[in-house]
Amino acid sequence: MSDRPTISIRTVPSHLGRRRLVNTIMLGITGALAVAAVIPLVWIVAHVAAEGARFISPTFFTDVPKPVGVSGGGIGNAIVGSAIVVGIACVIAVPVGIAAAIYSYDNATRPLGIVIRFSTDVLSGIPSIIMGIFAYAVVVVPQGHFSALSGGFALAVIMLPIVLRTAEEMLNLVPRSLREGALALGAPRWRTSLRVLLPAAMSGVVTGIMLGISRVAGEAAPMIFTAFGNPFYAADITQPMATLPHTIFVYAISPYKDLHDKAWTTALVLIVLVLGLNLAARLFTRWRLKKMGWK
Amino acid sequence: MQSPRPSGLKPLGSTTGRFRRWWNHGDLPFRAAIALAGILVLVIVLAIGRELWAHSILPRGKFGLAFLTTSTWDPVRQEFGALPFIIGTIETSVLALLMAIPAGIGVAIFLAELAPDWLRSPLGTLIELLAAVPSVVFGLWGLFVFIPDIVKPLGDTLHSAFSFVPLFDGPVYGPSRLAASMILAIMILPTITAVTRDVFLALPRTQSEAAFALGATRWEMIARVLVPQSLSGILGAVILGLGRALGETIAVTMVIGNNPDLSASLLHPGYTMASLIANEFSEATNEMYVQALIEIGLVLFVITLLLNMIARLLVWRVARRFAGGTA
Repeated sequence: MSDRPTISIRTVPSHLGRRRLVNTIMLGITGALAVAAVIPLVWIVAHVAAEGARFISPTFFTDVPKPVGVSGGGIGNAIVGSAIVVGIACVIAVPVGIAAAIYSYDNATRPLGIVIRFSTDVLSGIPSIIMGIFAYAVVVVPQGHFSALSGGFALAVIMLPIVLRTAEEMLNLVPRSLREGALALGAPRWRTSLRVLLPAAMSGVVTGIMLGISRVAGEAAPMIFTAFGNPFYAADITQPMATLPHTIFVYAISPYKDLHDKAWTTALVLIVLVLGLNLAARLFTRWRLKKMGWK
Repeated sequence: MQSPRPSGLKPLGSTTGRFRRWWNHGDLPFRAAIALAGILVLVIVLAIGRELWAHSILPRGKFGLAFLTTSTWDPVRQEFGALPFIIGTIETSVLALLMAIPAGIGVAIFLAELAPDWLRSPLGTLIELLAAVPSVVFGLWGLFVFIPDIVKPLGDTLHSAFSFVPLFDGPVYGPSRLAASMILAIMILPTITAVTRDVFLALPRTQSEAAFALGATRWEMIARVLVPQSLSGILGAVILGLGRALGETIAVTMVIGNNPDLSASLLHPGYTMASLIANEFSEATNEMYVQALIEIGLVLFVITLLLNMIARLLVWRVARRFAGGTA
């Protein structure tokens, strides 16, 4: 240490002590904020679990709602309804989203590719209630009444940009050499895309679909004037249908304690499905990417 | 992309042969199909605008621009003015931003610069999960837990301390603009955090290393190098958060109290464009009423569309500026 310059830092008026103090305080604040940001999540999940678990029973999953005051009754109709409406959304959004992602990937730098990417970003920012009005105008009005189909349509439009963007990001992670290799072997571009690139990116595409489902399965706003609700089991997609988020909304704003309790239990079912799916999707991607050594 | 035909090969003679060759090769139909899917995304955005425009023709003809500046909302007398709802939407969203911006940036700084490696990814995941909680569950929790436990006591305190300020005047309600703003702040925090963190991570390290080399403390590096450099990206994050707050429907509908009075007090119930549509759409009984609600949707659509375009351009510009510099 003897060969160090002898100028001491103290000879310069650097306020080092004060600067260090400011440093510690400000860094401490960001850390506290990070912890604080997690509190609402923990609070919500814990409260929903505690309130919801009180009334959960096997028949809650299978029964249809009973009149207020009559004991029992469940949300079987809403569970089936949510599955059908989200299923319709997937049938529309998944093929279109993947196809558009392949186009966007193939033509990333071309004008149309850029326009499509921009439209995707814009579409993902449009409020879900607007998608509800859109589905109302395009499906409900011509049909003449509310229907599961219109609800699925609204959710499909919400889901499309999520599937598209994740699929495109995953295609971009596939090594270029795979694509070049396939083309060099004489495979046509469509075969390269469908049989080489897409399978290589498939785990990521599945993640995108799962994230999309977890997002739209919790959407209540567009359901109000599309799928609407139905107190009975329904399988006809041209008819109104109950969904989990819409059921929670209707029960929560009702004046009855009985329905408030059911809203908490329904929320528990919904949150387990949505957060479970979301978390599974994230962990799956991380594990997959690590395994493939692409990240 | 057309593959050039090898010059030595002549096209097959017969039309059917050429068709089969073209079809078996298959690139053209495939490209047409995926291009169609891509164009569909653009078409949907345009179609949403067109449908909203076409289904709001009645109130536009009757009220014109006065729709945006008058405050009577009376379905019985067929008089519709959107001002209270526009103000309510902007007021709650801006207030939510004021709360969420400092917190969101702080969390992003922690995630990008300070968190130890073992904490970084679980904490990031938890905050992203907060964004995945369904809006209706936020509303339920807000209505029965957050309002009685936090908002009402806070409102009482603010009222007794600052009742001379119009913002905290009048009787204290639980469901209020304050409640809606606070719920919105929690809901948009993950959006602001995630985008800001990504912007921080996209910046080249050379500048921050130079700051350290000059003797800056970690905080000085963050405050004088990292944040100023990321400013346009942070602005993009803020606008994305604003877009989400403006359009948020169910949670706000459940906690804002749904009252169209034009009162300055944050402790008073309010109303937003999105919550008005959610509350009244399925009860709207005549064409003029439905179309007035759709016109409100149109206003909301135009605002969020513009905000999103601006935000995306800002975030893209940051990404492009540093695209080559990260290596």
